[in-house]
Amino acid sequence: MNLSDLLPLLRFLAPEILLSALALGALLGEAALSRLLGVEKRQNLLGWLALLGLGACLVILGDQAARGETLALGRGAFVASPFNALLKTAATLAVMASVTMGLRAPFVRHVGENYALVLFSLLGMFFLLSAESLLMIFVALELTSLPLYALAASQKGARRSIEGGLKYLLFGGLSAAFLLFGISYVYGMSGQGSLAGLRDWLVAQRTAGGPGFLFLTGVCLMIVGLGFKIAAAPFHLWAPDAYEGAPLPAAAILASASKLAGIVVAARLLLGAFLPVAGNVLGSPLSWHAGWSPAVAALAVASLTVGNLAALAQRNAKRFMAYSSVAHAGNVLVAFLALDASGRPAALAAPAIAYYAVIYALTNAGVFAAIHALAWGARGDDFADFRGAARRAPFPAFFLLIFLLSLAGVPPMAGFFGKLFLFMAALQADATHWGLAWLVAYALAMNVVALGYYLRFARVLWVEPAEDLRPISTPLELRVALVALALLVLGLGVFPSSCLAAFRTMGGVLLLRG
Amino acid sequence: MLVWTFWISFLGSAAVALLPSHWKSEVRWLALLFAALGLALGLWGWGAYDVEVGGYQLGNGEGVPWIPELGVRFRLGADGFSLPLVILTGVIGVTGVLYSWNIEERVNQFFALYLLLLGGVYGVFLSVDLFLLVVFYEIAIVPKYFLIAIWGSTRKEYGAMKLVLYSFAGGALVLLGLAGIAFAADPAARSFDLERLAATNFSSGFQAWAFPAFFLGFGILAGLWPFHTWAPTGHVAAPTAASMLLAGVVMKLGSYGCLRVAIGLFPGALGATVLGVPGFWRWTITVLAAMNILYGAMVALVQRDFKFVIGYSSVSHMGFVLLGLVTLNLWGLSGALLQMFSHGIVAGLLFAVVGRLVYDRTHTRELDELGGLGRAAPFTASVFIIGGLASMGLPGMSGFFAELLVLIGSWKAFAWVLIPVGIGMIVTVVYTLRTIHLAFFGAAPLVGGDWRGLPPITLPEKAASCFLAAILFLVGLYPTVLLSMMDRASQQFLDRVKQTVPVHLARP
Repeated sequence: MNLSDLLPLLRFLAPEILLSALALGALLGEAALSRLLGVEKRQNLLGWLALLGLGACLVILGDQAARGETLALGRGAFVASPFNALLKTAATLAVMASVTMGLRAPFVRHVGENYALVLFSLLGMFFLLSAESLLMIFVALELTSLPLYALAASQKGARRSIEGGLKYLLFGGLSAAFLLFGISYVYGMSGQGSLAGLRDWLVAQRTAGGPGFLFLTGVCLMIVGLGFKIAAAPFHLWAPDAYEGAPLPAAAILASASKLAGIVVAARLLLGAFLPVAGNVLGSPLSWHAGWSPAVAALAVASLTVGNLAALAQRNAKRFMAYSSVAHAGNVLVAFLALDASGRPAALAAPAIAYYAVIYALTNAGVFAAIHALAWGARGDDFADFRGAARRAPFPAFFLLIFLLSLAGVPPMAGFFGKLFLFMAALQADATHWGLAWLVAYALAMNVVALGYYLRFARVLWVEPAEDLRPISTPLELRVALVALALLVLGLGVFPSSCLAAFRTMGGVLLLRG
Repeated sequence: MLVWTFWISFLGSAAVALLPSHWKSEVRWLALLFAALGLALGLWGWGAYDVEVGGYQLGNGEGVPWIPELGVRFRLGADGFSLPLVILTGVIGVTGVLYSWNIEERVNQFFALYLLLLGGVYGVFLSVDLFLLVVFYEIAIVPKYFLIAIWGSTRKEYGAMKLVLYSFAGGALVLLGLAGIAFAADPAARSFDLERLAATNFSSGFQAWAFPAFFLGFGILAGLWPFHTWAPTGHVAAPTAASMLLAGVVMKLGSYGCLRVAIGLFPGALGATVLGVPGFWRWTITVLAAMNILYGAMVALVQRDFKFVIGYSSVSHMGFVLLGLVTLNLWGLSGALLQMFSHGIVAGLLFAVVGRLVYDRTHTRELDELGGLGRAAPFTASVFIIGGLASMGLPGMSGFFAELLVLIGSWKAFAWVLIPVGIGMIVTVVYTLRTIHLAFFGAAPLVGGDWRGLPPITLPEKAASCFLAAILFLVGLYPTVLLSMMDRASQQFLDRVKQTVPVHLARP
């Protein structure tokens, strides 16, 4: 391979290269400037530089999506496709919102390191979104998670931050162990590292007596690891503490971009590589088929139940969002089960999951940005601190309402269409026998509960009287971020097919060799 | 042009929200302007609609594709079912603004939510695409919560949450059915167009579960017994204009959905055999509707709170609508449609009297504490008596023809149901007279003195009351003004229903 062959590669890898350079630049900038400028100045300067770099990333990603070319390196170790570029765009937007939140609120003293951690984590997500091999998935997942552990604990003075960060680290380590253990079985049994290879091997095994017990054990262990990542019950226990303890900009990443990457990688593994051993959960339990479907169905039902019911009882905005995130994991898992009796996924399943992951990331980034704007003048982030906030800061309170209603699934916000497409995909799978109607009916019932608690939060802001009437000012850049995210959430809602059609044409198949 | 009704309302909502909250008078006038534009468009539609041709008119033709992946089109239009309801929405919209002239707190937000709700309601009535209809239906849910929770009275947050969760639960059932419809037909012909769906012959197995999902989903909003409990609590807790809109119009969203979607798309399910009973659903709904009429009236009879009397009377009157729908004959169907309009106006007027003309002045709604109001506030008393008489179904008032037609229709379809319905009608007379007596005649109670010195009735209130009362008389004396298009639409509907699926139109 000579130099002229490398140049086209550069075009595909440009976002990752740019991001690495940015992260290193942030570290160097901190070292160079720490003597010259105060914390707040550095926070602001480095933050704007990071935003600029991320903006450049968006441009490159947009170009990749528009060109419509695909590149695969090393047996799926790195796949750059328009579909992946769109997902990376959404993750970048969410991270940009998080960086914007931190511009004027220095919550750490080592600001350069903080930005470097954020950017490295995003780099991990980029690789994760491009990975179609087991090894790469694991490495990218670690690159995503390790900076997040540190970010969650970055308020070193606050006890709850340390506690939340530690819990997140321990649970995250455990989940990585499960995942790696599972991968070792799966690889050991099949000898396949790439997801497409795994699928072919599994298809071949159908006539050769099945993949064997150890392989399925490995798949189950991997599901446990993925369950931790996307905070599906009963593996969600870290989420409330980590969300509560993390500073708001870090919690925003946990709840948006990190979740997006987790959902996509889970879909790639389960609906992509392990599709031949899916089994199904159609109709009554007696007619189910063994595979990963019953396990995922259990996770879905548990997440819907635990997330929605526990969110009802929360008094703290961040813990509340953590349980809401568990509930949404349940929603998205419903579409993972959209398989017909012969194991083929519904046509709508992959686009619906991708659409949901994207709009969920954008909406959640918006929720945290709005909470951050309101928390500016509040004592803390309990509901009680936001009483009557709409009178003190109508601008962010209005946008928080929009984002909360999107999460609740109220049109014309994108959340409504996201949920509807997930549930439609589930019904489409076995359309003649309505095999998944039981699960969809349960999810819909739980979403009625969800509207109740989102309205409870909205009530605190809009209905309850304010004790303190001093207005809260919202910095301009945060206003811009809120408006941009709200426009995306509304725009993708009013014109869902713009996004859905793109996903269908590009990502109807989750793996490159479908 | 008719489709501009909801665009204007949404636009008005945004415009009002952006005005500063201390420009109270400007906000009110602007809200009135936008509501009046909606009414004007509705009346224009009434004039422009060609009754002879029938079917959907005045919309955007075949519409434009919205979500092509699912065959969803943005298609709007009105027919003899929806046009009277659009006009009703306009009437209640305008009078509701007039009765809210005294709102002082967060005026801009109040009218913004009010117009948002109004726009959602217009959208439901004008949607020719089922998906679009459901989207508007869901849009109309959330404003109700804030209208009640912020500006309401009596257990407002409980009432608001209950009302919204019931509506959303109904919406969830409708969504389940909607997702089902998407995949019931041939994927190549996938469409949510109500006209096309109506021509589709769904398998009887699909109809058997889709019909109850839709009928129950929409029926919850129509106050179907025993899922009606949100209605009295919610309507009592709501501020006057919101109670008027909720009882007057939003409950009609439910009955409209029952007719247009549940019965219109799955008529076969009404006659199907379920659990070994032929015509199971038709029987069930008839019994439930009769329960609505009888139970609602009985409970209204024993209320101590003036507003709860009206709240339960709404539940009772919605029973006539639901009963008329399942008769599946011309009398019953036209009667149900006329009752939807008539009850909309009556409920609007009665809630206005109780909430605005009485409660805002006396600060009590306990019937024991009222009494003797007739002498102190003769205008209030006259308006309430007019509304009460229309609610009883006195000849010359709009309720008369509506209930008469439903009664004839049910006599032809299932004569036995007239026994509970007749009892319910007698109880209606009793509770209406009891309420008039307790509140307006009777001796003035000790607590309230003789009610001298009540603030006088303002001009907007007088105008709105006279307007509503005039409509009651107009429709009562000359029902053809609406009945001609209702009859035509019902006839076309019944012809189609009989054609696509042979329903047992004899007694069930």
